[in-house]
Amino acid sequence: MWTACKRIIKAGVVGFWRDAFVSFTSVLVITVALFMVATTLFNNHALEVALEDLEEKVDINIYFTITATEEEITAFQGLLEGLPEVAEVTYTSRSQALEEFRARHEGDELIIKGLKELDDNPLGASLSVRAKETSQYEGIATFVVAQHENPPSGTSIIDRVNYNQNKKAISRLNDIINSTRNDNTTKAILLIAIALFVSFNTIRLAIHNAREEIGVMRLVGASNTFISMPFMVSGILQGLIAGVLVVLLLYPALIFYESAFYPFPFFDEAGYGKLLFGYFVINFAAIFFTIVGSGILIGAISSFLAVRRYLRI
Amino acid sequence: MIYFDKVSKIYGEESIALEDVTFEVAPGEFLSIVGHSGAGKTTLIKMLIVEDRPTAGTVYFESKDVHAIPRRQLPRYRRKIGTVFQDFKLLPHKTAYENIAFAMEANGRSDEEIEENVPQALGLVDLADKIWNFPHQLSGGEKQRVAIARAIVNQPDLIIADEPTGNLDPIATYEVVQILKKVNDLGTTIIMTTHNKGVIDALGRRVITMDRGRIVRDDSEGKYVL
Repeated sequence: MWTACKRIIKAGVVGFWRDAFVSFTSVLVITVALFMVATTLFNNHALEVALEDLEEKVDINIYFTITATEEEITAFQGLLEGLPEVAEVTYTSRSQALEEFRARHEGDELIIKGLKELDDNPLGASLSVRAKETSQYEGIATFVVAQHENPPSGTSIIDRVNYNQNKKAISRLNDIINSTRNDNTTKAILLIAIALFVSFNTIRLAIHNAREEIGVMRLVGASNTFISMPFMVSGILQGLIAGVLVVLLLYPALIFYESAFYPFPFFDEAGYGKLLFGYFVINFAAIFFTIVGSGILIGAISSFLAVRRYLRI
Repeated sequence: MIYFDKVSKIYGEESIALEDVTFEVAPGEFLSIVGHSGAGKTTLIKMLIVEDRPTAGTVYFESKDVHAIPRRQLPRYRRKIGTVFQDFKLLPHKTAYENIAFAMEANGRSDEEIEENVPQALGLVDLADKIWNFPHQLSGGEKQRVAIARAIVNQPDLIIADEPTGNLDPIATYEVVQILKKVNDLGTTIIMTTHNKGVIDALGRRVITMDRGRIVRDDSEGKYVL
């Protein structure tokens, strides 16, 4: 058994080396195919980060009347947090709202003056609600509006909800996000399929060249395993080398890509892992094994399928 | 040892490669099969090594119907037969040594046996000095001698040589035939197809003459008559 394995591996490696031109061509094609697959995956990651970022910016603001007490608002916040669609509820008190308002209109003397003339803080407290999915805002808004129209305590503490003003924009954004995701997934699947198809056919052509050799091996009485395994070893080597090459190429490619297309750092340091190069460095092991593993699988399966064709009588 | 029982091979209505062929080969025989191109010589060989199947009739090797051997067991059957072809059929990316070693590895021989027997086989065909040459570095005659060394190295019961001298000059032809004779003298059965009148006349062994898929003569000490 060990002798047979040793002979198969040796024959595969020697075959890879002696048929250098064919091996080189196959490695080149698998490298290009894997690089295509890798860039598609990175592209998907970048898009996903951008979409998530966009989704995080969407929320519903519920403005309370100035007479609403903090207890009432906290109770309402608890009610909202109990909803399964709600990801996060942030409370802004009346004084915080006033401070933020002042900060926003710092340069506008007229407004600041007007504010000073008022005896009381004119702004109500508010809750900002973020849903888990953008499509869930509709349901949350309906719940809030129902609470507003039929308050359990008799008088509503809610002044207004900003969802209806933003409804069109949110639903539009939701459609854009969904269609972009679907479109990108379809493109990724298509690209990966093309890459696999091209690699498979290159290896098939290489083995087609060796069909007479396979015939000779059969005539000499070699078993199907003894004939096909060395071709698989060569295929695995081709995939392995191509995979490692792609990982090595990704390093400078991602640095170049980011320096060329992201001229300003709009992610802070905590968002490093979200950037392509950061994502690559942090998930290096997983990316390495995915790419190299895919290369090995492409090489092994393609050679197995290709050589099997010539083993039939 | 070998028995062809009413074997026919028909590729289409117009193309009859073999028609009702019946003959027997005894162990240790040196049988030559002669005939024009298209007479059915190569088809007959293909039937014997199960490269092709007959339309009718049965081929027996050591009393077994060779076409009833399950596909998985065909390699084992083929190891009993050494084959030599007009176009040598060597593995181009392997050296002379490796070509012969491959046949032994396929047979499950140990590394020690391979290291001992391969140089011996190459010595027998007078190629001890070309052991590490690749096929493209050898002449036609040398390639054919490597092919013979590969055919004999597993000590098969039968050697089939399909036009082994077809691509060789007279001197290389003589050498190849002498080697085959020597192998036959050691007890191995040989079936050889050929066009070469000189070879047949010099051998003076059994000759089957074929024409359009049929056996037209079977002479025990035949001459090339066509």
